[in-house]
Formats: sequence, structure tokens, C-alpha cells
Amino acid sequence: MPEAITLSVNGHSVTVPEGSMVSTAVILSGATSFRRSVTKQPRAPLCGMGICFECRVTVNGRPHVRSCQIPCRDGMDVQTDE
Amino acid sequence: MYKPMNSSRHNCDVLVIGGGPAGLAAAACAAEGGARVTIVDDNPGLGGQIWRGEQRKPSAPEAAEWLRRAQTAQVEFIGGAQVYDQPEKGLLLAENFDGVIGLRYRRLILATGARERFLPFPGWTLPNVMGAGGLQALVKSGLPIDGSKVVVAGSGPLLLAVAAYLRKSGAEVLLIAEQAPQRRLLAFGLGLWNSPAKIVQAIKLKRQLAGVPHLTDCWPLAANGEERLQSVTLRRGRKTWDVACDYLACGFHLVPNIELAAFFGCAVHAGAVQVDEFQQTTIPDIYCAGEATGIGGLEVSLMEGRIAGLAAAGRQEKARVLIAERRRLHRFADLLNRTFALREELKSLPQPETIVCRCEDVSFARLKKQTAWRAAKLHTRCGMGPCQGRVCGAAIEFLLGWQAESVRPPVFPVRIGSLIRDTTLVTGQE
Repeated sequence: MPEAITLSVNGHSVTVPEGSMVSTAVILSGATSFRRSVTKQPRAPLCGMGICFECRVTVNGRPHVRSCQIPCRDGMDVQTDE
Repeated sequence: MYKPMNSSRHNCDVLVIGGGPAGLAAAACAAEGGARVTIVDDNPGLGGQIWRGEQRKPSAPEAAEWLRRAQTAQVEFIGGAQVYDQPEKGLLLAENFDGVIGLRYRRLILATGARERFLPFPGWTLPNVMGAGGLQALVKSGLPIDGSKVVVAGSGPLLLAVAAYLRKSGAEVLLIAEQAPQRRLLAFGLGLWNSPAKIVQAIKLKRQLAGVPHLTDCWPLAANGEERLQSVTLRRGRKTWDVACDYLACGFHLVPNIELAAFFGCAVHAGAVQVDEFQQTTIPDIYCAGEATGIGGLEVSLMEGRIAGLAAAGRQEKARVLIAERRRLHRFADLLNRTFALREELKSLPQPETIVCRCEDVSFARLKKQTAWRAAKLHTRCGMGPCQGRVCGAAIEFLLGWQAESVRPPVFPVRIGSLIRDTTLVTGQE
């Protein structure tokens, strides 16, 4: 069994298997979208491989991190645009 | 506000950008001849897209074999790092989560792979409308898909592989909509007669997808929903109908990732990096292998990777014996690209208010008032967002025939600290 990792998404505690990307944790947290577009439309991952930037979130205070390319770490703090 | 960036240095003989099949094969073949080889990749792990997650959960014997060869030959791996600039010949800068890495190399192999081609249609920006490979990548990254209803649509052999993978992972795949016409797919099937491995693969996929409708001449007209996807409207011939679903996995075949090659000045023709018989680009000491030289699939990528790796390590005699085999594989690639060429009707998918550039929310109506990429960038900001046109570029080329402009540094959006640190790494050289 892979180790479980616990992190925070918008203040909610989320537990995922080791090796999961931050994008997974955001979806499991129940957040409806990852970011709002320049005209405030809800957006979520499109490409899943680091190209489209639709999945970008704030990780440990750093904005514009592509959640699909960053593995979850224990104690990470993730914020979406909601 | 901003913390100073860490910086580190790394030296190697052969630097490979991209750790998918082509990059792994290139790195292993170069290192087996004694060269010090490093792979740098934007993804946190090796394997690229097709072999994503194979390190943690091995399932493809061929992937395990190449990962083992690379490891045995002591290939180093730097993951989660994006190459964004070349301040001088033989030095690249890459950014990772912690800082900047200066990568010194003698020879460079570009194995940057491909991305999906996305076409805009009403509702394609809704959450849960994703690429086909995109949804697969997310599931491999931990997204639970068990019991979800999925429509797979677009074009290319990837659709079948993704549908089979999603089904195995517990998704309910409602149907596969392939835009290519039935007659071309039949011709494609016939063209496989001299490739037994591909026939076996096709039969296996067909069995895994038993009971899932595979509709040719069929494509999505719209994705419907308010805050997220609720249904997709499909079209086939004169018939249009709605299918309720949780996910739409939709990609229209693949486009080569040529941005880095173009940035280095390598010649690019018809969207693919130009190479000679040894996979060398038009810039000496820069090689290119795999999907970036044209979409060809796994076998072509591995073969090109092997040739590039051997040649970059000065092992031309060993590379030369592989050239005939590569020629045979390229014939399959040509057939592949003819089969899944996009049909004209798809040009009428976007409506005037449909967003084309997702980064800057530029509508099709606003774009159509422009005359070329440059004008569109200046007047609408199309292609000026963080994806730098990587998503909308291929769509616009198909819809309006505009070619993207030259690539300038930073090739990838980086933090301001990475741009400042630039000079220190360059002037602080040994």
C-alpha cells in the first residue's frame, strides 16, 4: 500500500495516496474549479501534462503553480481561485 | 514579497530534454558508450506521457526495459524542471520548484514529444472537458474515475488507448467518437498487414473495448453545463443528439512540441523539427528524436531515440544499421497522419462567442477580425497568456491558417527571480 499524504486545499484537509499530483487533491477537496479566467469563468485541467496552465493554483504561498505537475507533499497548503 | 532563488550547476556530455520513450532510448544508448548523460524533464518522473507512472507502477515491459537500461548506464535525471533559456552556447537554464539550474552540455538531444491538438467548440472551456490524454494523465496522477460516465471524442489512435485505460480504471465509457471517416480507418487497418505487432495491439484494444460504441464520422458539437460539464452534443451525418456524462475526454490527434527546437534556431517544416539521417537538426550538436520530428507513435520514437543517442555519443556506425528499420516505421507514421487528418467541417465548430484563447478569453469573433498571428497578439492578446499559444496555436493554424511567430526567451513562463538569477549563473562559470 502506498503511504497516505495529508495536505490542505482551501483550508480543508485532504488525504491522497503517495504519488498523487496536487490536481488530484484539488478535485478530491470538492472545489468546483481550479481558477477563474480573466472573464471570471470557472476553469479546470485541460491537458493534464503541464502545457495549458488551466490547473494553476497557489502552493505554499506561491501563485501560478501547475497543479498537474507537482506531487503532493505532507502539510502542503493549496489555494484555488474560489 | 519574493524570496531569493536557489541556484545549482550541472555538467554532462549529452543533455536530453524529455524523458519519454525517445529521450530514454537516446539517453541509454548514449550513456552505454560511456558518455555522461542527463535527462531533464518538466514532469516529476520519467516516462513522458505514454509511460507516465511506469516507474511507480510498472505495466509495460518495454518501459521497464528502457528504464533499467538508463539506470544501469548511470543516466542522471532532473525532474520537475522546465528549460527556459540559453544564455550562451552549451548552457541552458531550467527552473524547478526550488530555483534555477544551470545545465552545461556538449551535445543536446531534444525529445520534447507532442501535445494534444485541441479544437474550440461551444462549452470546451467547462470544467471536466479535458484532453483524451489529459484525462488519462489525471487518472494516472490519482484522479478517481470509478463509476464516472465518460465520452471519448476527437481523433487518433490515442482515443482507443485512452478509452481502454479508463474502462480498466473503472470508468463507464459511453462511446468513442472519431472524426475520421470510416473508409480511411478501413484503409488504415489494411495498411497494418505487414506489422503483426500492431495488429495484435489493435485486436487487444478491440477486446478491451467490447460493447463500447466506436462511431466514425462523428464529433462533438458542444459541451453543455453551467459550472461544469453535464452533457455533450454529438453529430454524425445529419443526426445530432445529447449524451449526459461526467467527463468529455477530447483531443484531435497530436502536434509536435517544437518550441525549444525553434528557439535554438533548428529548422522546422510543416510543424515538425527537421533532422538528417542521424537525427541531427540543422544546428550542429543539437539532435531531435521522437514526436517532435513528426507524429509517429511509440516504435518510431524509440528508434529515433536510439539513433540520436548513438550519434550524439559518436557511435555513428552503430546508428547506421538502424536507419533501414526507421524508414519502415516512418511509412506507418505517414499512414497514421493521413488517416487522422482533420476534416473541413471541424472548421465550423467554434461559434462567434466561443473562446479560442483560454488564457486571455479571446472569442472566435474577435480573432476573425484580425489578419495574422502578430495582429491578433497585438490587438486581442491571443496567445500572450501563460500557455504562450501552445493550446490555441494549433487550433488557429487549422481554423484560420495563421502560423505562430518566432519563439523568444523565456521559452516557458518563469518567476521573475529566475530571470534575475540568470546573469549570476552565466558570469559565475568555472
